[in-house]
Amino acid sequence: MSDSNKILEDITSSEYKWGFVTDIENDSLPKGLSEDTVRFISAKKNEPEWLLEWRLDAFRKWLAMDEPEWSNVKFPKIDFQDIIYYSAPKQKVTLDSLDDIDPELRATFEKLGISLDEQKRMTGVAVDAVIDSVSITTTFKGKLSELGIIFCSMSEAVQEHPELVRKYLGSVVPVTDNYYAALNSAVFSDGSFCYIPKGVRSPMELSTYFRINAANTGQFERTLLIADEGGYVSYLEGCTAPMRDENQLHAAVVELVAMERAEIKYSTVQNWYPGDKNGVGGILNFVTKRGICAGDYAKISWTQVETGSAITWKYPSCILKGDNSIGEFYSVAVTNNYQQADTGTKMIHIGKNTKSRIVSKGISAGKSHNSYRGLVKIMKRAEGARNYSQCDSLLMGDQCGAHTFPYIEVDNNTATVEHEATTSKIGEDQIFYCNQRGIATEKAVALIVNGYCKEVLKQLPMEFAVEAQKLLAISLEGSVG
Amino acid sequence: MLSIKNLHARIEEKEILRGINLEVKAGEVHAIMGPNGSGKSTLASVLAGRSDYEVTSGTVQLNGKDLLDLSPEDRAREGVFLAFQYPIEIPGVSTINFMKTAVNEVREYRGQEPMDAVSFLKLMKEKMKLVEIDESLLKRALNEGFSGGEKKRNEIFQMAMLEPMLAILDETDSGLDIDALRIVANGVNKLKTANNATIVVTHYQRLLDYIVPDFVHVLYKGRIVKSGTKELAMELEEKGYDWIKAEADAQTV
Ligand SMILES: Nc1ncnc2c1ncn2[C@@H]1O[C@H](COP(=O)(O)OP(=O)(O)OP(=O)(O)O)[C@@H](O)[C@H]1O
Ligand SMILES: [Mg+2]
Repeated sequence: MSDSNKILEDITSSEYKWGFVTDIENDSLPKGLSEDTVRFISAKKNEPEWLLEWRLDAFRKWLAMDEPEWSNVKFPKIDFQDIIYYSAPKQKVTLDSLDDIDPELRATFEKLGISLDEQKRMTGVAVDAVIDSVSITTTFKGKLSELGIIFCSMSEAVQEHPELVRKYLGSVVPVTDNYYAALNSAVFSDGSFCYIPKGVRSPMELSTYFRINAANTGQFERTLLIADEGGYVSYLEGCTAPMRDENQLHAAVVELVAMERAEIKYSTVQNWYPGDKNGVGGILNFVTKRGICAGDYAKISWTQVETGSAITWKYPSCILKGDNSIGEFYSVAVTNNYQQADTGTKMIHIGKNTKSRIVSKGISAGKSHNSYRGLVKIMKRAEGARNYSQCDSLLMGDQCGAHTFPYIEVDNNTATVEHEATTSKIGEDQIFYCNQRGIATEKAVALIVNGYCKEVLKQLPMEFAVEAQKLLAISLEGSVG
Repeated sequence: MLSIKNLHARIEEKEILRGINLEVKAGEVHAIMGPNGSGKSTLASVLAGRSDYEVTSGTVQLNGKDLLDLSPEDRAREGVFLAFQYPIEIPGVSTINFMKTAVNEVREYRGQEPMDAVSFLKLMKEKMKLVEIDESLLKRALNEGFSGGEKKRNEIFQMAMLEPMLAILDETDSGLDIDALRIVANGVNKLKTANNATIVVTHYQRLLDYIVPDFVHVLYKGRIVKSGTKELAMELEEKGYDWIKAEADAQTV
């Protein structure tokens, strides 16, 4: 092993900094999954009959499905009977005031760097916080509702706006879309719901923080975002979890609907617990995210900074149905130690003159594996469609792997599809150059990595871009000497 | 200030520096010349602390401190600056951002507060003027797509920003057009004080018309085989290296 690789290895020893457990009382179901589990969750949430039926239908379909095996990740078989499907902090779900929050919970948010008080005072970001399976609090509701914006937990939306939920739930990600989406449809417990009315631009970032806390708990959130004609919203989700030896399952579904001339920016900073240095524990993150540009000139942008999870399996996608609609995907995926990521996007061009842009930056360190998997599909009707994809991989050390699986299907010969890919290593030359200017190696790596990800990071809202930069530095702490 | 004694260094199994002795005092300018492959860049790299090279014997002191004991970044923070013969590109990182990080790391080492944005900008404008470099260049990703001359000028800008104790310029003149050469040399001269020192590695006497050296050394096969004053550079320009090689080879056989 060369010197540099030895050094690389030495420093691959960063510690997860969000691994605390909050000691709050939980109201949870025993382990196991059956129709009764589904009925229990639905009853607990006081759901209408149609939703229970929808869940049961999903559950029955799920039973008949097989776990997908096509992705480039390896993990022990999940025992779906060994998971708790419902766990809620014993706490009133609707709060009149933030002051009513359990002090332990409040402390949790402080540790996560989301001070709800702060959020209340600060303008700019409205937060919905989901711990384990239940939405704890949504800030700024009043201010948003003056504009007709609905931003609340999914459970609340089911009660307050059943017609919207019923119309759109499962409309972008059908129940049978894939194994994990079917499971989520059966047992989802909460998540965020957002509706932007016609012509309204959300004046602030909307944000959801997801936190898994209880042990052996699966987290299955369901997020639904609808921007009506000419509406605009920028939405951010962040996630953390405690350190535990066993893997925990996270299988979320996110659906976005953008009507004519509406725009949705959806940003994720994913920092689930990645497991320890030896690959023990960590979140198994199987997420289905999809948006539809239902109307002409609609636009959906996905931006993700993925640093956590033992396994990441995630392909935020855009269905470009409206003519002249636009889909974007900007991604940074970092893997270190034994993490595995298989992530990318699908851009389905249906409408005329639809455009899509994919910028994917993979960074692999340690013994990790990082795959980009993308599909660009141009349908027959998509006259003049254009796609540009750029997939870059950065390797740190020689024990990690980077893989690119681009799939391109073009059924209209007026379309333009461009794909560029590069693989590079953080050069010793680059690090030495920084060292020679007085910059220590750790900082040099952060600087080089941030430079490499710049195109993606600049898509994030300002305050989150700064957070994401720090997170990148922490995730790679110790990966080069 | 700098004292190199009997320095030997090798890369892989090949010994490249074979007993370098050099004394540089504050306020002095030393020029190092010598045929291709004689070890000039190697000497510069070893002084800067590049880990590819193994120092097998000898000592290097900077102001009484053992330089070889320090990490590359600490050498830089102690005031060693190397203007690279081939500057490296760092995509996505602007020179401004890069320098802000570097300046603050050096300040932290010296127990100073980080520089605030306003002071940094002021310092930058001042140094930009000194080396006549355009701000638009500094906003671009470091050295990415820079022309050869732009890269060299950027190196001198960084030197100006960091105000080193000992600057080593490795063929900073190659690739510069005549005007740029004058500007860069001017910059170097303006940065010269009674307390710092400069080592210029060059192949051409022309640079030494602008940056006038106190001493000129000829490196050949990993040793300094001849030292003199700027007249030696003129002589080399005229006669080439053959006579020196012959002299040196005769001595070692
Ligand atoms: N990795 C390496 N492996 C083997 N030999 C090397 C290696 N790196 C450098 N060398 C050799 O060391 C010798 C000295 O190289 P160096 O770059 O110091 O020369 P130089 O005097 O700066 O030459 P130039 O005038 O061309 O810049 C050369 O013969 C070179 O081939
Ligand atoms: Mg050289």
